[in-house]
Amino acid sequence: MQRELALKVDNINVFYGEFHALWDVSLEVEPQQIISVIGTNGSGKSTLLNAIAGLLQPRGGDVELFGEKISGMQPHQTVVRGVSLVPEGRRVFGRLTVYENLIMGAYTPRARKRRSTVLRMVYDLFPRLHERRNQLASTMSGGEQQMLAIGRALMSEPKLLLCDEISLGLAPLIIKDIYKKLEEINRQGVAILLVEQDINRSLKACQYAHVMLEGKVVLSGNPASLTLEEVKRAYFGV
Amino acid sequence: MIDLAQPIINGLLLGGLYAVIALGLSTIFGIVRVVNLAHGDMVILGSYLSLAFCMWLGLNPLWTILLVAPIMFCVGFLIQSVLFNRVLGKGMEPPLLMAFGISIIVQNFLLLVFTSDARALKSDLSMMTISLGEINISLLYLLNFLIGLAVILGLRQFFRKTFLGRAIRAASDDVVAAKLVGANTSSIYAYAMGIAALTAAVAGVLVGMTFIFYPHTGPQYLIIAFGVVIIGGLGSIKGTLVGGFILAMAQLLGAHFFGPGYQLLCGYMVLLIVLAIRPNGIFGKA
Ligand SMILES: Nc1ncnc2c1ncn2[C@@H]1O[C@H](COP(=O)(O)OP(=O)(O)OP(=O)(O)O)[C@@H](O)[C@H]1O
Ligand SMILES: [Mg+2]
Repeated sequence: MQRELALKVDNINVFYGEFHALWDVSLEVEPQQIISVIGTNGSGKSTLLNAIAGLLQPRGGDVELFGEKISGMQPHQTVVRGVSLVPEGRRVFGRLTVYENLIMGAYTPRARKRRSTVLRMVYDLFPRLHERRNQLASTMSGGEQQMLAIGRALMSEPKLLLCDEISLGLAPLIIKDIYKKLEEINRQGVAILLVEQDINRSLKACQYAHVMLEGKVVLSGNPASLTLEEVKRAYFGV
Repeated sequence: MIDLAQPIINGLLLGGLYAVIALGLSTIFGIVRVVNLAHGDMVILGSYLSLAFCMWLGLNPLWTILLVAPIMFCVGFLIQSVLFNRVLGKGMEPPLLMAFGISIIVQNFLLLVFTSDARALKSDLSMMTISLGEINISLLYLLNFLIGLAVILGLRQFFRKTFLGRAIRAASDDVVAAKLVGANTSSIYAYAMGIAALTAAVAGVLVGMTFIFYPHTGPQYLIIAFGVVIIGGLGSIKGTLVGGFILAMAQLLGAHFFGPGYQLLCGYMVLLIVLAIRPNGIFGKA
């Protein structure tokens, strides 16, 4: 019998108009795993996550979530099925309070029913969000906004969490803290697909890594078997 | 002093009406980023719907609000879901042209059904006044003010406290993020336009009870709405209220000092002054 996959991306191609942004990209995430994708600016990491979440539609190839085909769906359809994306640049609702941002995270009917329970869990995970619950999101610090973006994504009780450069622009200490939280989230049974530019950080956190360059996956392996030299060469394409 | 008190009170009361007239224009711009050129025509469509119910059912115009408002909600909802949603994200011009088209269609539809005769929503209210010493307060103006205020405060509460209201604000903050939490933004926009049309309906009934209207009166109220929104700042409910007061006050004080012919001119002068000092309006964001 085949092991069940949380996510299976099978040879997807994504275009922006004529521009071919992803070339035959494939990867797999198992239910208890943290998988990371590393790549430099413009290598196609965000494009990949946006295509999985349904913001972009791949032309050719399949995306499956726990065996169900989700490519071709809109974001509001993938969220219901358990995908949640922490977008690049956080994208919190600036004119809403922290509490209202979290409430919006529980948008789907199922999530809305379990809202108060999940809200308590998110507040437990990020006590800072509870302290600041009545503050406007736009007035929070960068690190706090990142916690909020993650907290909001968790409110839909995802089975698969997609994280797009959550360490961008944050101090090392805060990054360390946020990564600890991610591991905690993962232990509670959420599969995580992580996208980063920071090679060391993401190799340390994941069980399997892919390196992307110019829209293609150029190197894959588990962090123990990959040498830093090899990863850097693939990363910079030299 | 007593002399001035009369136009100031009238300005305040009229300002409440101006604010409801502008409310829908401001909300829709703030949320969907569409300048709804047909907003004035939706107001007047509300007036005519009320007229139809008055003639048909023999109701007092005030009660027709309860019928006209839900009908206009549906009209707005349909206009957004069938028309505007198709052209979103395709630049500024297509929705603008579409709104212009809707405006022309509504005007000609009204002309066809109701002819070009002058109309008014008659009620006993228009004759009644309350006297406070030397000052006379028209009961109708007072009612306009109170209903207008109630609609504005109600809308504010709706946006702050209800799930749909919060979702509408979230979508206006960041559409992509709203999609990512699972919102169907097309349907959110349709609700928003429905609500804007509902406020236009209330404005239409009040306007129709207060002034004479024709099928082509809409643009006149569009211009008032623009004035209010420019003074108060686009997308701000508080701004809409204050903008309404300032525009109405400027018009009535202008008429008081320089004669009725200067009413509109004085309104626009104040508008220009506000634009010069605060280009984004008093409560607009820089
Ligand atoms: N909306 C768009 N229209 C056209 N081209 C785009 C668009 N978005 C991304 N691209 C292009 O697609 C390629 C991949 O972009 P993507 O945002 O996925 O990169 P990334 O790996 O996330 O980079 P970064 O680390 O800088 O966020 C880039 O060449 C980019 O210019
Ligand atoms: Mg990116």
